Amino acid sequence: MIAIEHVSKAYGGRKVVDDLSLEVAEGALCVLLGPSGCGKSTTLRMINRMVPLDAGTIRVGGDDIAALAPEALRRRIGYAIQSVGLFPHWRVADNIATVPRLLGWPRRRVEARVDELLDLFRLDPAQYRGKYPHQLSGGEQQRVGVARALAGDPELLLMDEPFAAVDPVTREALQGELLRIHRATRKTIVFVTHDIEEALRLASTIAILEGGRLAQFAPPLDLLQRPASDFVRQFVGGGGAGLRVLSLCRVAERMRPGGTAPGEPIAAERSLRDALEAMAARHADVLAVADAGGAVIGTIALADLVRE
Amino acid sequence: MKTAALWLGLLFAALLLGMPRLAAVAPPVYSRTSFLALFLSHAAMVGAASIAAVAAGIALAVFVTRPAGRDFRGIVLALATIGQTFPPAAVLALAVPAIGFGPRPTVVALFLYGLLPIVGTAIAGLETVPEAVRDAAAGLGMSPGQILRRVELPLAAPVALAGIRVSVTIAIGTATIGSTVGALTLGTPILDGLAANKLPFVVQGAVLVALFAIVTDLGFARLEARLRRDTR
Repeated sequence: MIAIEHVSKAYGGRKVVDDLSLEVAEGALCVLLGPSGCGKSTTLRMINRMVPLDAGTIRVGGDDIAALAPEALRRRIGYAIQSVGLFPHWRVADNIATVPRLLGWPRRRVEARVDELLDLFRLDPAQYRGKYPHQLSGGEQQRVGVARALAGDPELLLMDEPFAAVDPVTREALQGELLRIHRATRKTIVFVTHDIEEALRLASTIAILEGGRLAQFAPPLDLLQRPASDFVRQFVGGGGAGLRVLSLCRVAERMRPGGTAPGEPIAAERSLRDALEAMAARHADVLAVADAGGAVIGTIALADLVRE
Repeated sequence: MKTAALWLGLLFAALLLGMPRLAAVAPPVYSRTSFLALFLSHAAMVGAASIAAVAAGIALAVFVTRPAGRDFRGIVLALATIGQTFPPAAVLALAVPAIGFGPRPTVVALFLYGLLPIVGTAIAGLETVPEAVRDAAAGLGMSPGQILRRVELPLAAPVALAGIRVSVTIAIGTATIGSTVGALTLGTPILDGLAANKLPFVVQGAVLVALFAIVTDLGFARLEARLRRDTR
């Protein structure tokens, strides 16, 4: 879907992105992760030509972006940023309708699309269509920002630290919604963050950048279990790599079918970290496991959590 | 405020049209030219100068806030400031030999004098547009022209309007000096009154000019309030 080939970018002699090559598969949720100044935002902004490349090529859906008019390219690509940037003089509906109107959709189709997106983000259209951005909470503004990014039905969605400015509770809710929407729409998403927990929770693959170069490109679990360098080990682990592995694996993967154990069962869909949490809280070393319907289908023991 | 503008407007219209009737109770009333004709001439000069100043001021402000014109920001503001520090009377004295007597030098003087508040506030207005809003607009695929028309100008409008309001209100007062070079304005009775030592003429002219300026100012205030309500 996106092919980044030998791309470089320098500001005032300092290389921010240095001979970077990366391929993002269709339908992936690829997280660009790294410390401040590692070039992750610059890389993201080069994909929709908000930042010009110094060297290399980027292809989106097979098309060389240099061959497309910047406006035409950007209307194909959703764009959501940390500071949201809603147009303060436009109502929510007009904000969401920005790209469909630029694309010249007929009025009825635009209206239907606006309501569809408000529904997707669980914002009641009748209540929210006519509000101005300043009447929304931070979380609602960010939802509208992402809805606006998706409105033109883009093949690709770029998100630059979109949830960094909201409180932790709202952030978790927004992450959950993004995962739900990603599953529902199968859009390719490139997501920039410096927050390792956020990256592990959202990503299908993570690209870790260090000084404008690719330090490792792998699924979250591989990154934790087989870091390619000390930098990666330090960045993703920071002492907590073992626990982070637990939060990436589901109970279903380690449970023993059949049998049962006393106490409230844990859902098979929950993470091993949740299971450990429950064991510590109840002073139990074995839990019953339930399926989505609530029926007990097996057990998981403390030793199962750490089994290779 | 709404009702104040309305009542003062009515008072102004009544005085413009009904002043001659006062002659019966409190003579003398200025009668060489009708107050309505003086007002229309006065308003036409202020209107022409202000429309030109708004057009030029906004064009300059847009220019110096584009990447290509950013280097000229200082020069444009300096020139506009010089335009305002130059006394309008001096502009008239210089303009008359070049373009003759009458309304034209007055319009030139008003234009130069009114440019600064408009350029200054239009630049300030355009610069208050948050970087994130500009970034989002470009990132969603708006062209530079679309960003200017749909996002930057509407958001700059309330601030720029404050400058236009100041500029026009000052121009209404300043236009009276046009009468010294033969333009017909509400300042004409003032000058004639001073020359003939007839205080009532001076008062009549001054009251009408003041009312004209106040009513215009209140009108702009309402327009500004309406604009601000929608763009926070």
